[in-house]
Amino acid sequence: MNDILLDIKNLKVWYNTYQGYAKVVDGVNLHVFKGEKVGLVGESGCGKTTTMKTVLSVLDSSKSHIPEGEILLNGQDVLKMKDNEIQKVRRNNISMISQAPSAALNPVFTIEQQLIDVIKYSNASKGLNNKEMYQMAINAVNSVMISDPERILKSYPHQLSGGMKQRICIAMALVTPRELLIADEPGTALDVTIQDQIHRLLRVLVEEKGRSLIMITHSLGVARELVDRIYVMYAGNTVEVAKTKDLFSNPLHPYTRGLMECVPRLSGGGVTSGIYGYIPDYINPTPGCRFYPRCPNAMDICSKEKPQPIEVSDGHKVACFKYTNS
Amino acid sequence: MTILKITYLWKGVIRLLKYLLKRLIQGIFVIIGISILIFIISRIVPGDPARMALGPSAPQKVVDQLREEMHLNESIPVQYVYWFKGVLSGDFGKSLNTKRPVLTDVLEFLPATLELAFFAGLIFIVFSIILGLLAARYRDTWVDGSVRVLSYAGIALPSFVVAVLLILVFGFTWKVIPVLGRLSNGYHVPYITGMVVIDSLITGNLPAVGDAVKHLLLPAFALAVGPLFQEARILRSSLTDNMNKEYVSVVTGYGIPKSVIMRKHLLKPSFIPVVSVMGLDFASLLGNAFLVEKIFNWPGISKYGMNAMLSKDLNAISAVIIIIGLIFLLVNIIVDLIIASLDPRIRLGGN
Amino acid sequence: MTSKIDNNLKTKDMKRKPWFIKPSTKENLRQYWYKFSRNKLSIIGLIIVTISILFAIFAPVITPYPQHVREYVDYSSAKLAPNSEYIFGTDVYGRDMFTRVIFSFRGALYMTVIVLSLSVPVGVILGLLAGYFNGTWVDTAIMRVTDIFLALPPLILALAIASVLEPNMTSSMIAVTIMWWPWYTRLVYGMARSLSGEYFVKNAELIGASKAHIIFREILPNCLSPVFTKMALDVGWVILMGASLSYVGLGEQPPTPAFGQMISDGSRYLPDLWWLTIFPALAIAFIILGFNFFGDGVRDMFDTGR
Repeated sequence: MNDILLDIKNLKVWYNTYQGYAKVVDGVNLHVFKGEKVGLVGESGCGKTTTMKTVLSVLDSSKSHIPEGEILLNGQDVLKMKDNEIQKVRRNNISMISQAPSAALNPVFTIEQQLIDVIKYSNASKGLNNKEMYQMAINAVNSVMISDPERILKSYPHQLSGGMKQRICIAMALVTPRELLIADEPGTALDVTIQDQIHRLLRVLVEEKGRSLIMITHSLGVARELVDRIYVMYAGNTVEVAKTKDLFSNPLHPYTRGLMECVPRLSGGGVTSGIYGYIPDYINPTPGCRFYPRCPNAMDICSKEKPQPIEVSDGHKVACFKYTNS
Repeated sequence: MTILKITYLWKGVIRLLKYLLKRLIQGIFVIIGISILIFIISRIVPGDPARMALGPSAPQKVVDQLREEMHLNESIPVQYVYWFKGVLSGDFGKSLNTKRPVLTDVLEFLPATLELAFFAGLIFIVFSIILGLLAARYRDTWVDGSVRVLSYAGIALPSFVVAVLLILVFGFTWKVIPVLGRLSNGYHVPYITGMVVIDSLITGNLPAVGDAVKHLLLPAFALAVGPLFQEARILRSSLTDNMNKEYVSVVTGYGIPKSVIMRKHLLKPSFIPVVSVMGLDFASLLGNAFLVEKIFNWPGISKYGMNAMLSKDLNAISAVIIIIGLIFLLVNIIVDLIIASLDPRIRLGGN
Repeated sequence: MTSKIDNNLKTKDMKRKPWFIKPSTKENLRQYWYKFSRNKLSIIGLIIVTISILFAIFAPVITPYPQHVREYVDYSSAKLAPNSEYIFGTDVYGRDMFTRVIFSFRGALYMTVIVLSLSVPVGVILGLLAGYFNGTWVDTAIMRVTDIFLALPPLILALAIASVLEPNMTSSMIAVTIMWWPWYTRLVYGMARSLSGEYFVKNAELIGASKAHIIFREILPNCLSPVFTKMALDVGWVILMGASLSYVGLGEQPPTPAFGQMISDGSRYLPDLWWLTIFPALAIAFIILGFNFFGDGVRDMFDTGR
């Protein structure tokens, strides 16, 4: 594949809470090539959404703090950008689809108004008049397989079903050309058949337009079907990354192994059957590897030092002391 | 496609009219209920209204005659029927104080209060929006803090206290603005709508417009200041609550400028809880006008009503109550319409 | 795992929450206090409320000239600006303003206690009845009457009622009570109505519980926290209403002092005898603000969200 579109290096994000800093993201390394589809898999609450929101800089700056890390988009560090540069990024390079489509749409505006707002502020709309922008909106709604786009555009969010709202969110993300699409658990809020449709739709659209995709999900099964490479995340760290085939044929990290051995779908909410233990406390995390309390292969060193990712085979990295000596 | 649009519009208009009709009819029933209530209460008054009107030295025969005229010797339901019939034909009876038909009195005084209420309403609507937006934009700074402190002052100081303080300042210490009445001596404005500002505008009497506005400032401010800061505070917390909502971070993520977000995307949904409070505050404004008009010697219907209540002028009391009830009903309907126009979930509802 | 089935289990043995909200354990109390005290203003409110109550109860004991609230005239010490002997100055009759202001707390709180203890139960019960029997004539009748009372701005209704009665404290208490209950009815109605559709009520009906039981021991406890919050915040408004009434001469009659009355009398002598108006105005602000902060704290106390 060609060059790297997005490169997150050792990102740390802390939330201000009453009792101290919650160190939610604690050293995440992730990169996406142009045109590549990447999956980010992990339990609820492990920091996936936070990481992605940091890329777009939409975290509440009074509540969050980024002590360390770089996010390079086409070589430029997003975290060091000035306001107007970030606005350019938001308008032209990246778009994000939210987890909860009902919450993502403003209830008092029509779909048309919200789509046109997105179009209006992106570069692609330079020189377009209202009619042309409206046509763009219609095209976008058509592309997500919604019939009768005109009626839908005139509707308000509460008049649409969950599946439709999710499609509209996808349409919104794709209406103007961008390089990277971040999909945060699309379809989680919907039932399984709709979820399936949404995923297929997403894949078709992304491949059609040659864009990159970061797919956040808590289900390995979903990731397996959709993406080329998978990052496994636990408690704010990317613990393993590999091409999809390699990950499933040879899972290395004990957490990944645990996931594979469970029922293929993780229940959201933390405690999975099969992996003993609890989600770590982010405010006073244990020093060393965060998986240590639950790891069946735990060694002494794991409680003292943090494992750094090591490349085990082509493109397959893992952050675990078990493999440091091999 | 235009036919579709027209059909939508037409359906919408019909629905609106149906709703208005329903509310008005409901409201009329309620007003009738109030009138019965007030009628009963006012007729339970100990003492003879006719005697009180004519004074202790009037001969008994005259008093009896007046009693006959006012149907005071009949039973209460019968009295009510007489009164109701009169109202339907526009006759609210005679005021015992001014000795004129109550309707005349009302027409003379009502516009003054309406003018005051509109002006006060304008002040508190406009400024509460501005202050609320500022407090939310610069939340947790001194701007936010001062709005908060002032909102507490607004709660703690009732309108009449503010009024008295304003008289203290502007009547004695810093005589910049006129304090009492509607117009200074020497200005004369014909009665077209009864509202001095509008009438002087219509007749092109610009100095009078200025003078009238100056007279309006203090009483309107006394009425508006409490609600103003409270509503700014409510708007501010509504805005900050909605700031954390997902759709705001989505729209920020698409690169829409923050000023546009505040003005458009945040303001509309946040305004909804504020509108209901504004309706209630307008009602209490009408109530507080009773006291404030007295203080500023403003010849409005509230001052008239207050005098009527204190001197037990029954016809006048009933009429004033009904008028105010009607105004409040209209305000409530308008508030509900505004909320419906802002929030499509209420307006349309369902899939 | 085995479960023991006890065939002798009686209804009264089943653990049930007491039907009135009572923090039954120390832990509950501590939680309530934590939530209440998080906002500093609520603590200030609590202090002010305590002070006000103490003023009200101990007024005759803590004031220097308690006889000044009855018939008293002494022109030689009239119209005195605040000094060491008369902290808030004296009025035109020579009465000590400090004493009169403190005694006004008494009238204000007394009125509030009476008004709320009468109007709240009536309002709540009516709301429960209308809510539980929603859809029937009970609902329509109660809510129509409530709507009528709520169709007028509050002050006007109180004025109208109070003005047709003899001008004294009892009349204004009657007036305010009459116009106060509908707000509680409306508050409880919405809650009772939605709760009536909940499963725990339906279950109780199925078991054959009496209507009184359902209303008072199932629905009512779930409505109580907003009611208590509203009560705490309402104290300020009742006092305000009382002050507005006494401003126009309804309510406490002279020589007994009341806030609004003193402001009204005193405003005639502005700006020379400023202390006649300023101190009662400050006292009103003090007490209303205090109860508002306190009410906010009560609301935080019952807030389960966030």
